[in-house]
Amino acid sequence: MDQAQGAGAGSGFAGRLTFADYHGETFYDEFFDQSGQPRDGVRTLVDRINTLPDGDLLHRQQAIELSLMRMGITFAVYGDQQGSEKIFPFDIVPRIVSAFEWAHVEAGLKQRIKALNLFINDVYHDQQIINDGVVPRSLLEDATSYRPECHGLTPPRGVWCHITGTDLIRHSDGAIYVLEDNLRCPSGVSYVLQNRQVMKRSFPHIFAEMQVRPVVDYPIRLYETLRSLAPDTASPNVVVLTPGIYNSAYYEHSFLAQQMGVELVEGRDLVVKDGFVYMRTTRGHERVHVIYRRIDDDFIDPLCFRKDSVLGVPGLMDAYRNGRVALANAPGTGVADDKVIYAFVPEMIRYYLDEEPILPNVPTYICDREEDQKYVLDHLSELVVKPSNESGGYGMLVGPHSTVEQQAEFAQRIRKHPRNYIAQPTLALSRVPTICDGQFEGRHVDLRPYILYGNDLWVLPGGLTRVALRKGSLVVNSSQGGGSKDTWVIAADQSQLQTQAVDELDHTPSGKLR
Amino acid sequence: MLSRVADAVLWMARYVERAENLARFIDVTLNLQIDLPRPGAEQWAPLISATRGEAAFKKRYGGAVSERNVIEFLTFDRENPNSIISVLHAARENARSIRETISSEAWEQLNAFYHFVRNANPDDVHRSPGDFYQAIKNHSHLFNGVSDGTMSHGEGWHFLNVGRRLERADKTSRILDVKYFTLLPNVSDVGSPVDDLQWSAVLRSVSGFEMFRKRYHLITVERVVDFLVLDREFPRAIQHCLIQANISLHKISGSTPGAYVNPAEQLLGRLQSDLAYRDVRSIIDQGLHEFVDSLQTQLNQLGDAITQTFFDPQPAS
Repeated sequence: MDQAQGAGAGSGFAGRLTFADYHGETFYDEFFDQSGQPRDGVRTLVDRINTLPDGDLLHRQQAIELSLMRMGITFAVYGDQQGSEKIFPFDIVPRIVSAFEWAHVEAGLKQRIKALNLFINDVYHDQQIINDGVVPRSLLEDATSYRPECHGLTPPRGVWCHITGTDLIRHSDGAIYVLEDNLRCPSGVSYVLQNRQVMKRSFPHIFAEMQVRPVVDYPIRLYETLRSLAPDTASPNVVVLTPGIYNSAYYEHSFLAQQMGVELVEGRDLVVKDGFVYMRTTRGHERVHVIYRRIDDDFIDPLCFRKDSVLGVPGLMDAYRNGRVALANAPGTGVADDKVIYAFVPEMIRYYLDEEPILPNVPTYICDREEDQKYVLDHLSELVVKPSNESGGYGMLVGPHSTVEQQAEFAQRIRKHPRNYIAQPTLALSRVPTICDGQFEGRHVDLRPYILYGNDLWVLPGGLTRVALRKGSLVVNSSQGGGSKDTWVIAADQSQLQTQAVDELDHTPSGKLR
Repeated sequence: MLSRVADAVLWMARYVERAENLARFIDVTLNLQIDLPRPGAEQWAPLISATRGEAAFKKRYGGAVSERNVIEFLTFDRENPNSIISVLHAARENARSIRETISSEAWEQLNAFYHFVRNANPDDVHRSPGDFYQAIKNHSHLFNGVSDGTMSHGEGWHFLNVGRRLERADKTSRILDVKYFTLLPNVSDVGSPVDDLQWSAVLRSVSGFEMFRKRYHLITVERVVDFLVLDREFPRAIQHCLIQANISLHKISGSTPGAYVNPAEQLLGRLQSDLAYRDVRSIIDQGLHEFVDSLQTQLNQLGDAITQTFFDPQPAS
């Protein structure tokens, strides 16, 4: 068996893993406070780990890695020399969130997604927020994922982002901030579900003991969210549309389709005929009502967006426009993925909901604004500068880790295209103990909870904790050496430990593809 | 089900079966070697031609046919599309694109099968090849058992079954064909005492030695052909494979067995009933090689008909 990759697969360290020598340093540590005491809700786990026999935790870590390898939970790393599959590295020590804290986060997320949705709907209709001068028109029109083709479209109930993954971080001041919203094709939830599954096998009793909220009903909630997009159909045919096996998130597309019990299709399996969408089956054409599409807007329909796309379905947007098929997420949501638009989300919350934001943004300098640009150029060595339209953690400047030459290069870029850059203070991300070469060391984490918006808003308890495995690194993206941990949200009461029963789901054979 | 998915399920099954049969092919040659030592080239060359690898083999090894080279070529050579590692890779790629159709256990077993061969040390294999090829057979058995035991026997499973059975029928016919020529260089050899050992090896390579004994007791060429081609009950016999494939084909379309509603059913129906009413004498009179040739041609046509019927359907008007 191949040596599995990940933290803790180090050379036969047989000694004891305890927290006795663990230091938080100046960062906020999720497990221990400044005096070294375990935080609320963490003590049970800490005590358990401290009393495990020698080598036991490492052994469990390795067993989990083997499980993940065997299950084939891999992803392809673009740009990696071997271009091969790797398991997404996993560390056995979970991140723990108290019930009290989660209630705050959940309320903040619901508020935020509600406002974002209203914004996107507004942007593609009357643009009141722009006419009222809250968001400058030029910023909107320069957002690369702004899709004029989506003007006037009316998805059911005015909901555009059915599935959102919002990235949160905790700074050294102990507060939780929103880093960014991902409302095109956010991924990672399959790791959340699989991580939980392997953790439960490893620590079967601790979940009940610590009252950890379950995540197992995500697929059913997702299915119901998707079904709600075709309210006039008794048994809508829901499918997941994937670019195919060479996409880095393919495993997740396949996993979610399987968990929901729906077909996984590629563009070439679908055809638009007489205005309706069909899939090619061994018995001819079958109608499709709802598509959970994991293909970016650009590639989804060569007749509407990029002409050279072979991944999409010609005529899909027409069918969508005429209400003959539902798409989740709706095309056009990428406008809010833009980091400059992100900076205005607190304003959106005030404008649409007349409320103060529960979860704050990270303070953001918009280089397009004259005074912001001046500040940024004067403080490049202290700030993190990001392109407003890319994802994946490439092409940023991390001020404190950069050379004078790199800063000069970025200064030039900023002056040339100020609209394309934002800057934020360097954040001191919180840390969670992680097994590194047989010891516990703190590693920086972020958190991506998932929010579904069907008939109402629902937030998955927990989400994906991504961890920067390289010492000192702040970059948690899977494509650049990050890994993940399980996330445990403690239940506030018994009702939060229940999962949704399979009740009103339609089981009639007519709707299910045979 | 999606045409693309049905296509992938069928080919996944074909490739796994192909891997197992390659192992059996090599195994029977190893066994014959023990019982009947002859110059290496004579024993091993037919395997290359049977798997249509002459050009690729020549390119890689020149003319040097030896046990080592052939085993290397048929097991580990990634540039040979018909090596065990290549077909397992193809099986796995097909499976990967349809994971939500097969069960997770079936996927994991196929994954383990692939990694077993991928991580094998060729030197260890050359040292004790018997163990290695037995392990491959076991992995295949396990995959078959897991997929049969954990996939609902609906349309997807029936496509899997069709792929598996048709590949098996084809490969059993090749084993028979190649060995018939290796073992019987002269017509006068038919019926000689040396036959027994050799045909035993062939029967063992399809795991059929004991079942054969139960039915026929003594070995003769005619009985071996009767068993491997016409037996209705032995799982690796050609007739049995075609019967089972036919049943699955009818389950897919929902049509009545004995009639046909698509070109694939028509072709397979004719092929299977031809075999159902033949006797072994007529096969030997026709010439075993000619019989096998004809069978393989018809199996190829059947493969095309299946593609045309299910994977590339005309849109409903």
